[in-house]
Amino acid sequence: MSNRELPLFEVFVRSKRGLDHRHVGSLHAEDHEQALEYARDVYLRRSEGVSIWVVKSEDVVASQEDDVETFYEPMEEKTYRHAMEYELPPEIKNM
Amino acid sequence: MNDTSKFALALGDDALTMGQRLSEWISHGPFLEEDIALANVALDFMGRARMFLSYAGELEGEGRSEDDLAFLRDTREFTNLLMFELPIGDFGQTIARQYLVDAFEAPYFEALCNSKDETIAAIAAKVVKECRYHLRRSRDWVIRLGDGTEESHQRMQDGIYEMWPYVAELFEMPEYETRLAEQGIAVDRDVLRAGWEKEVMATLAEATLSAPQDGHAIRGGREGVHTEHLGFLLSDLQFMQRAYPGLEW
Repeated sequence: MSNRELPLFEVFVRSKRGLDHRHVGSLHAEDHEQALEYARDVYLRRSEGVSIWVVKSEDVVASQEDDVETFYEPMEEKTYRHAMEYELPPEIKNM
Repeated sequence: MNDTSKFALALGDDALTMGQRLSEWISHGPFLEEDIALANVALDFMGRARMFLSYAGELEGEGRSEDDLAFLRDTREFTNLLMFELPIGDFGQTIARQYLVDAFEAPYFEALCNSKDETIAAIAAKVVKECRYHLRRSRDWVIRLGDGTEESHQRMQDGIYEMWPYVAELFEMPEYETRLAEQGIAVDRDVLRAGWEKEVMATLAEATLSAPQDGHAIRGGREGVHTEHLGFLLSDLQFMQRAYPGLEW
């Protein structure tokens, strides 16, 4: 069996109750069930988590490099969206 | 050695030989993820071996440590079941052995958690969680390979045939173990047979595999009568201590 035949999965681990799942890496597995087991063996050997999500990498829709102009650059010109743009009245000491 | 010491030694030898065999897969696994997973299982068995062998040495009271028991005994003094010492073969054979053993061990160690010997019960409580995971993994693989391609089916079926004659030994009790079971320290293995058969037959059916029909059984491990494979396993395992006695690092 070679890895080329096995689909890739992204692994998300919740390290403690109350925290969010965080992306920790990826792995190859036959299906979701096996991906969960491998995630346990590969990423949780030292009690790193209490919950695992696995998602097929092909199901992740990611923004592309060419999206930069339309997605992110317009925000850089809208500095008024940042609190630092505003001068605080002197009465307010701490913000 | 008293009965409990022999019992701990036998369970320790089972774990040590299985751990050693599984560790032979390290860097030879079919792919990276499975390589790591197999190594994890190997480590579980090694951890179990340490606990049982330490306890066997402690009960014996002659100052033998877990290392002395692991590295300085010869084949006839090892009392592991034969199935545990067999070569890893191909991946199908490794999985066949693992599944047949895991299907026995998960309920076995669950029952052993109630041992009247506190140390045995405590070791069993730690081990049983690992066994349940091992079983989940190996059952999954038997079904995947058995109900997979023509080649994976054939290899998985060959593995089951290869291991089958060694299954009977899982349910045998040497005299000392029977005495311990009567005292509530060990577990009557035969009681677990019906559950084991139900579990294994259901899995084989789902995997489109079959179990051999003849009752041919190979035995002798608990009396120290082993296959020719154990000597090779021990020469790998014990080389450093034999070549450099007392070596520590």
